[in-house]
Amino acid sequence: MDAASGVSSIEGIMEEPHVLAVDDNLIDRKLVEKLLRNSSCKVTTAENGLRALEYLGLGGGDRQSSVNDNASKVNLIITDYCMPGMTGYELLKKIKESSNMKDVPVVIVSSENVPTRINKCLEEGAQMFMLKPLKYSDVKKLRCQLMQCRG
Amino acid sequence: MEIVGQLQKQYVDFITSLFREAYLDDQYVQLQKLQDDSNPEFVVEVVSIFFEDSEKLLNDLASSLQQQVVDFKKVDGYVHQFKGSSSSVGAQRVKNACVDFKNFCEEKNLDGCLRFLNLVKQEFYLVKNKLETLLRLEQQILQAGGMVPPLE
Repeated sequence: MDAASGVSSIEGIMEEPHVLAVDDNLIDRKLVEKLLRNSSCKVTTAENGLRALEYLGLGGGDRQSSVNDNASKVNLIITDYCMPGMTGYELLKKIKESSNMKDVPVVIVSSENVPTRINKCLEEGAQMFMLKPLKYSDVKKLRCQLMQCRG
Repeated sequence: MEIVGQLQKQYVDFITSLFREAYLDDQYVQLQKLQDDSNPEFVVEVVSIFFEDSEKLLNDLASSLQQQVVDFKKVDGYVHQFKGSSSSVGAQRVKNACVDFKNFCEEKNLDGCLRFLNLVKQEFYLVKNKLETLLRLEQQILQAGGMVPPLE
């Protein structure tokens, strides 16, 4: 770890990436939050797609947060696929349609290994598809991908 | 020291049997790995949420299956949640029962659903009992001044 003051802002972000984790299940939210925090990530959780969009400033409702603030801080979005209301796939689409969030990597997680579902998400621009429940090895893989993402 | 040794052996024997009998699977080990000094009650917290959530889900399942016209999609939704939670804490037998339960939901088979609701309920109370015993053993070890043997 480079402790010198010459660390660039990109490396700075990668030291402690800010992850937005979306899942309707409380236990899964707690697990992913702990997993990520233990892996030196900053974590914000959302219990559904709408709340996630609001946080990112893409909600369009009266609970819209300041657009620039949260959106620019998030380095990775991890979302469950099966959620009531807006699915993870629908959330992915909305993110990819937005001009300021479309380059943020989105990872879809699911408890079910359904090839058509996986392909659909990857085609829509998901960075990765992972099986729940996530482990430390999955987070390690994600961080490597994130590094490659930034070049 | 002797007491700690005895308790630790009891703990190891007990948890080994839980894995062997598939009450718990590797995900429980992952859960233990998440716990650290910054949050030494993490496993207890998560397991407690699992207990609460599950009781509620069992009630929701029972009432949804008692309706004049059963909404199988709704039932499936509840089972899906239960499957997810049990999988996340490593309650393997509960999870497996939920997988089969889901099939009956998809087939809109009321009889099958009712049977599997009973099975899921049974498995849940079994693992709840086992987990409570396990966590109690951990507490006893800690109170006796010992360390809980790490898993694997």
